[in-house]
Amino acid sequence: MTLPDLAGWGAWAAIAAMAIATYLCRISGVVLMGFIPLTPHVRRGLAALPGSIVVATVLPLVERLGLAAALALLAAVGSMVLRRSELLALVVGMAVVSLARAFGL
Amino acid sequence: MMSSPDPLPKETRAPVTWRGMILGVRKISVVLPGIIVFAVAFGAAAAAKGLSLLETVMMSAIVYAGVAQLVAMELWRPEWTWGAIAGLAAVTATVNARMVLQGASLQPWFARFPRALNALHLFFFTDANWLVGTRYHAEGGRDLGVLIGGGLLLWVVWVLATVPGYLLGSLVSDPRRYGIDLVMPIFFAAMIVPLWRGRRAARPWLVAGIVALVTAKLVDGYAFIIVGALSGAVAGAFLDDAA
Repeated sequence: MTLPDLAGWGAWAAIAAMAIATYLCRISGVVLMGFIPLTPHVRRGLAALPGSIVVATVLPLVERLGLAAALALLAAVGSMVLRRSELLALVVGMAVVSLARAFGL
Repeated sequence: MMSSPDPLPKETRAPVTWRGMILGVRKISVVLPGIIVFAVAFGAAAAAKGLSLLETVMMSAIVYAGVAQLVAMELWRPEWTWGAIAGLAAVTATVNARMVLQGASLQPWFARFPRALNALHLFFFTDANWLVGTRYHAEGGRDLGVLIGGGLLLWVVWVLATVPGYLLGSLVSDPRRYGIDLVMPIFFAAMIVPLWRGRRAARPWLVAGIVALVTAKLVDGYAFIIVGALSGAVAGAFLDDAA
């Protein structure tokens, strides 16, 4: 089997490949869950999934991004506990990280 | 913002309404400043890597995944082989693997809608949409318009904001300087609060966090998200067997 020559449109093929890979990621979780019966175990697993995604995304990022980021995220969570507003949490978090980085943390 | 959640609707039919779409636009508008700067940063990186403006805008339009696009700029090259393209697709799938789990977590909601509609709106599915949708669904909301309205707005803004980034170039090439790299992490962290259902329900999250931290130490890239989150789901499925 020979693949067609890429001369001239390699970048477009690369963009198309990225688009296909990304779309498959977007739909495959929904498609797969359509085949998995919602047993009580699966239900509890799904219930734990959103919080697990959030924590699994954030903790290693904090570890990589450093102390200023950790302070900013803590401040944002604190702001959410007091006032349930994502906008306020974002403003508080960005303010804290800007200050912390300005002070060289 | 409304704090009293609607009770779960009795009927199984779930709606798509204009009101929902407007609500989605309002909910997603909070992330727009961060998304704009992110898109501008991507546009600048693409210009520096020698992509044409059309290629840059098309990538934002049809790939539409910020982190994957920035990572792709690290791997971008002037000449392509099929092997390099396969490699780029594999990296893209790894960076976006979290979407598989995000989609799975909302599948019980999506299952009430026609397959073709799901295939269409999932094209616009992003971290921000997932966060908004998860909170809305947890509060009893079932109107898919919230995801569709927010998703369309976010897509248009993302694609448009790529252009000034490409043209202005290096002005904003370092998102770190303005704390923009923290916009999505802040949103993720803030989500803990509305998702909180007591310490017992949070035990799987602890498992997810520890496994993610260890994975991040051992494996480069973004595998920690999917490994950690899956561990949390498995823990959630079996930890509470007595409950």
